[in-house]
Amino acid sequence: MVTSNPFSAMFGRSPFQPLLAHIVKVSDCAEALPPFFEATLTGDWQEAARQRESITRLEHEADELKTELRLNLPNTMFLPVSRSDLLDLISVQDQIANKARDITGIMLGRSMQVPDELAQPMRDYIRTSVSCVAQARVALEELKDLLESGFGRNVSDVMQTLIRELHTLEQKTDEQQVAIRRQLFALESEMPPVDVMFLYKIIDWVGELSDRAERVGSRLQIMTAN
Amino acid sequence: MSIIAQYGDIFILLACAFGFFMAWGVGANDVANAMGTSVGSKAVTIKQAIIIAVIFEFLGAWLAGGEVTNTIRKGIIDPTLLADEPQLLVYGMLASLLAAATWLLIASMRGWPVSTTHSIVGAIVGFGAAGLGVSTVDWGGVGKIAASWVVSPLMSGTIAFMLFKSVQHLIFENRDPFAAAKRYVPMYVFLVGFIVAMVTFTKGLKHVGLEVGFGESLLYSIVIGIGVMLLGGLLERRVGAEKRQGDAFGYDGVERVFGVLMLFTACAMAFAHGSNDVANAVGPLAAVMTVVQSGGQVGGEALVPWWVLVLGGGGIVVGLVTYGHKVIVTVGTGITELTPSRGFAATLAAATTVVLASGTGLPISTTQTLVGAVLGVGLARGMAALNLRVIGTIVMSWLITLPAGAILAIMFFFMFKGMFG
Repeated sequence: MVTSNPFSAMFGRSPFQPLLAHIVKVSDCAEALPPFFEATLTGDWQEAARQRESITRLEHEADELKTELRLNLPNTMFLPVSRSDLLDLISVQDQIANKARDITGIMLGRSMQVPDELAQPMRDYIRTSVSCVAQARVALEELKDLLESGFGRNVSDVMQTLIRELHTLEQKTDEQQVAIRRQLFALESEMPPVDVMFLYKIIDWVGELSDRAERVGSRLQIMTAN
Repeated sequence: MSIIAQYGDIFILLACAFGFFMAWGVGANDVANAMGTSVGSKAVTIKQAIIIAVIFEFLGAWLAGGEVTNTIRKGIIDPTLLADEPQLLVYGMLASLLAAATWLLIASMRGWPVSTTHSIVGAIVGFGAAGLGVSTVDWGGVGKIAASWVVSPLMSGTIAFMLFKSVQHLIFENRDPFAAAKRYVPMYVFLVGFIVAMVTFTKGLKHVGLEVGFGESLLYSIVIGIGVMLLGGLLERRVGAEKRQGDAFGYDGVERVFGVLMLFTACAMAFAHGSNDVANAVGPLAAVMTVVQSGGQVGGEALVPWWVLVLGGGGIVVGLVTYGHKVIVTVGTGITELTPSRGFAATLAAATTVVLASGTGLPISTTQTLVGAVLGVGLARGMAALNLRVIGTIVMSWLITLPAGAILAIMFFFMFKGMFG
């Protein structure tokens, strides 16, 4: 009999649920980078292509979640955080997945193999960058409950701790990046110049992954500063 | 006069039947909205909600329903203008009851959100203006009622906003929210008991034959508040015994403590709803009664007989038990976004507003008041997302319900006039 109750209709779906689902996809996407990298080192291009496929699929799913969130956030919604902040956040998150896909795309397309001297530092570098993304995911998970409940000052405290952790990780990737560039500079005279160029590009992009993860953190901070 | 004498008993029987039908509609429809918040926040189970609703709806109707009933009885149509033809008033009130109840039934079948209050007021204004002439309607009174429909959501929203802000400030922003919750929640419980008792004592007890002065009311209300507070403390201790786990803030623990509070606000809400909405059913009934019993005297200053309120309360309870529980399930399970802390702020604000309105004799819509309160909590940054389009729906339900009730009432009015002459 009574179906469209004015009361139930009042409550929109929480925007944090899809945001969280999205960053989970994004971080899964990034998690596939280390195995992909291992495959390229050994020259196992079949395995690399498989990893690349799963990254593309995850990126695609993340895209769908992004679209869904944008469509389900009409102007009639009243939210505890600003709409533009939410939409910005999802874009930044989405770029992480895109970047992961780009890295694998170029490495696979050009069958790039990192020189042996660089293998271990690159491995660590990618690891750190990926854990940066995982940390952004943790931050959002922690925050969801608090934001939805209207916890006030506590939110800022939690954010401070989480963001500090993110920042530390991001700085670590920066240091690793500088070290790897220096090593590559010493090697570049013996390598084909075009390969070197693209290798620099990959190094840059892995760094961008962690930059963007940190940007997710700072967006969260802006969101909760009220 | 002869008509009244001739058909008096039939009129009373009809009025009782229609009144009961209307009360059934109120119980079936509106109660669910009043109790849905409590069920939705998982603070009370559906079974508990129904028991609470049955007891407190009835108490609210019986103890505090008199003022609003009087407004519906003689605040919309000026009965003194009908001194020559009292039977017209009887037809009109019967028609209004039947019209409002029918409209509620139709709307419920279709799933439209309508307000019982709006439908009865629309019906009475409709038959008055069309059947008796525009001058018989007390437009000043109607204006006041219409204004209260705008003011009540605003007021409950404001109160809810302040309540939730105070909860945030005192409890959520505390270093140890769980300890803070245990400290402050009894105070909120006191507030619930005090407000409801105060309004009831100062405004509602006249027709039960109790007359208490302001000072006495204050004293009694404080005593009741403290009693309720102690009860809350006892229940709270049970919650505290459970070890809290999970997140770093004892967030679950805090919400569990608020669950205790929600139990009390649910009672307050049921009481408030009974006090205000019973009038929609028994107001016209009381009007018919006074005309018939005084042998055609119109506008007698007789108080509403207490058993009429009991009849209305009984009708609400029957509606709730036969049908309302289904609606409570629908509404209650649909609202997952209401945690006890938010639900408490919204429900208490709405209950306060409704009880105040009952005290001053203004018929207002419970659902709208609640919606206003939920918006207030949302503005205090307590809701994840609110759909503002619903505001439009609510305004629409006003606009549709008033003329619909009026047109039906006019039809039934002429039907009765044709039947009884």
